[in-house]
Amino acid sequence: MAYLTDRKRAMGMGAAKSGVHHFWAMKVSSVALVVLIPLFVFTFGPALGGTYAEVTAYFARPFPAIIAAATIWVSMMHFKGGVQTLIEDYVHGLAQKVLIIATICLSYALAATGVFAIARLAF
Amino acid sequence: MVQFTLPKNSKITTGKTWPKPDGKNVRKVQVYRWNPDDGKNPRIDTYYVDMNKCGPMVLDVLIKIKSEIDPTLTFRRSCREGICGSCAMNIDGINTLACIYGADEIKGDIKIYPLPHMAVIKDLIPDLTHFYAQHASIMPWLETKTNSPAKEWRQSIDDRKKLDGLYECVMCACCSTSCPSYWWNGDRYLGPAALLHAYRWIIDSRDEATGERLDELEDPFKLYRCHTIMNCAKTCPKGLNPAKAIAEIKKLMVERTV
Repeated sequence: MAYLTDRKRAMGMGAAKSGVHHFWAMKVSSVALVVLIPLFVFTFGPALGGTYAEVTAYFARPFPAIIAAATIWVSMMHFKGGVQTLIEDYVHGLAQKVLIIATICLSYALAATGVFAIARLAF
Repeated sequence: MVQFTLPKNSKITTGKTWPKPDGKNVRKVQVYRWNPDDGKNPRIDTYYVDMNKCGPMVLDVLIKIKSEIDPTLTFRRSCREGICGSCAMNIDGINTLACIYGADEIKGDIKIYPLPHMAVIKDLIPDLTHFYAQHASIMPWLETKTNSPAKEWRQSIDDRKKLDGLYECVMCACCSTSCPSYWWNGDRYLGPAALLHAYRWIIDSRDEATGERLDELEDPFKLYRCHTIMNCAKTCPKGLNPAKAIAEIKKLMVERTV
């Protein structure tokens, strides 16, 4: 309970003067994924079900390897921004901060693992 | 914060069922009731209204109930023609104005609740204090720095047209209270109504505080909690599109940044 005026309660701590960069980053990554996902599906398809030797030979070619690495990286960065928004929507307080940190760590870990795996196949 | 269940003292119980009159066109009306003074949980009271002796709108039904059946029923109303925004409530599962919503548009029983996810003052009256304060916080007036002209601030016909679809808002709160983002984060998210008004002043050709207005909105919560759910546009009893106004603000934010 606090004797705040209605206006003070509505103003809160004022505007954070940020948010547009997050919004723009999500838009850019979604546009990138519109291009990358179909390319990934069509380049990943031929390698599916192949033997180890076939798959390594396939991903040694630059185009499939670069498309796969870029798709993994961009989708994980998009995932990071999206899940952060989701957590901000539904969870508040300390749990919110902990979950956001965990999401960011998980996103980078998955992205790095994916890119490393593609590199292992390629080289 | 998201709540999956109602708090214990908000759980709805079955209330009184009033006698059913004789007649061929009698409709069942179920109304949310809550009295802050009796310490009891909210309840749903059931009334029967002979539509042959009642006006066509849901507000007519409520007024008939209050006048002839149960004078304790409490609701806001004033203009009875959709211009004051007082009688906003949840009718048949949609937020709308009781005065311009025909009872014949509803199939089955007429179910009437207060606007969702707002503190209730009594029966169908929600507490709109925070909603109004949020509206005030976006400075809903013309801000100028140039000395006032001798006659008036001039505006071209084309620039005036940009305000169409925005100025008609009657601040009934149907949109904001239909928005899940406003339910979960209404303390910080301004909501569709306040943002529609913010955009109305941002694009007003005579206003000289465009930058300051955008500054005050650039916030992960105040503006960017809008996820284009579009409940606001669907429910607006005036047929306006707050979601589009919010999208236009987001576009302006990008335009001045990128």
